[in-house]
Amino acid sequence: MADQGEVKLLKTWSSLFGLRVVWALKLKGIPYESVDEDLTNKSDLLLQYNPVHTKVPVLIHNGKSICESLVILEYIDETWSQNPPRLLPRDPIQRASARFWAKFMDEKQALPSMWQAFTKEGREQEEGVASIAENLKLLEAELEGKKFLGGEEIGIPDFALGWLVNLVPVFEEILGLKIVDEERHPSLSEWSRRISDIPVIEESWPPRDKLVTKWAAIRDHFLATARASSG
Amino acid sequence: MAVNNDDVKLIGAWASPYVMRPRVALNIKSVDYEFLQEQFGSKSELLLKSNPVHKKIPVLLHNGKPICESSIIVEYIDEVWSSSPSILPSDPHNRALARFWAAYLDEKWFPNMKGVITAASEEEKNAAVDQLKMEGAYGEVSRGEDFFGGEKIGFVDIAFGSMLGWARAIQVMAGVKLLDEEKTPGLVKWAEKFSADPAVKDVLPEAEKLVEFSKLLSAKFKTAAASS
Repeated sequence: MADQGEVKLLKTWSSLFGLRVVWALKLKGIPYESVDEDLTNKSDLLLQYNPVHTKVPVLIHNGKSICESLVILEYIDETWSQNPPRLLPRDPIQRASARFWAKFMDEKQALPSMWQAFTKEGREQEEGVASIAENLKLLEAELEGKKFLGGEEIGIPDFALGWLVNLVPVFEEILGLKIVDEERHPSLSEWSRRISDIPVIEESWPPRDKLVTKWAAIRDHFLATARASSG
Repeated sequence: MAVNNDDVKLIGAWASPYVMRPRVALNIKSVDYEFLQEQFGSKSELLLKSNPVHKKIPVLLHNGKPICESSIIVEYIDEVWSSSPSILPSDPHNRALARFWAAYLDEKWFPNMKGVITAASEEEKNAAVDQLKMEGAYGEVSRGEDFFGGEKIGFVDIAFGSMLGWARAIQVMAGVKLLDEEKTPGLVKWAEKFSADPAVKDVLPEAEKLVEFSKLLSAKFKTAAASS
């Protein structure tokens, strides 16, 4: 067991990226102190420990900081390698694949297309929704026949996608659209249920009504800005 | 553990900084590989089959199995050909720092650099590619040694150094100095050492060739813009 040292996690109550780290720490049984930031009024701690991006999450372990959620997850896996579960497989090909799918969520299409569908309307929104549908098809194909994206065990790519389980229903409610459904996405739906059944994950979701309020306000803000600038 | 009769192929193109990264990594490990160059303007069947999600280079094919995304390929190479020299540091915090800077480069530096190449106006050209951040990073990570990786080339050196050919080409084409003696003296020295390294010098594209190539690129963009 690695020297526990002091582990502190800077996040916000609703941060999807912070949630990934919470899951990893809890699943591995690592005690930590959680600090919820107010990003409109960033703490000195945040500015000191993530000067480059001033973003959450930030993990502080024995006074040293680690930033970027996927980097933090690998750090946790390597530092507390004796604590199950392994967050990445042993085999190099499978590790590369796990890293690939984790990256896919954050970059290129996945989250950005969700953002577009959520913050726009009209044709731009339709394009975002179409892009999401494409990505979900890819994920559905990747998940077929697998328990988790990581394989038999939950792993980093599952953490990377985990926000989908909690946040997509919130988006669907606000937008009045169906994004994930049993018919088009049977494997993804099954995976979502499996993720939700994990106690550590289930108990960590931010409160749904607060999320709906927050995200509805974000959408309103973006739409208002866009309408104002188009005259 | 890799054996000498491994089949290693790399799908790529000489001008791509992302492709250069695994080439440097394979050179560091003294691994022989077949370089399959894509034709400019089209994508081969093999590429489309090996990277169906992104359809992009580089793709490493190791005994027929594809590995995609340049940084992921470099980590794979480091793990499979695990005998020294190693590319990532051994200490978890230093590994995290290396991955952090590699991610920063891919998220911020490289896209901004591309912006400089295709920029029309002076303002756009001068739009901060944040040299000072990387100069700071170099000071912090190298701890007084030659490279981000310490005494020898490491993960961040590879991630960052792969842009040097284009940095020089940009200086020729746009007059924008991405590294200069005044603002980033540490990086200027680092760039010289990196470029001269045996694992790097044969795969770092020459600035003049990139300048010629970028004429092809802008012609392609203009055609695409005209026909859309």
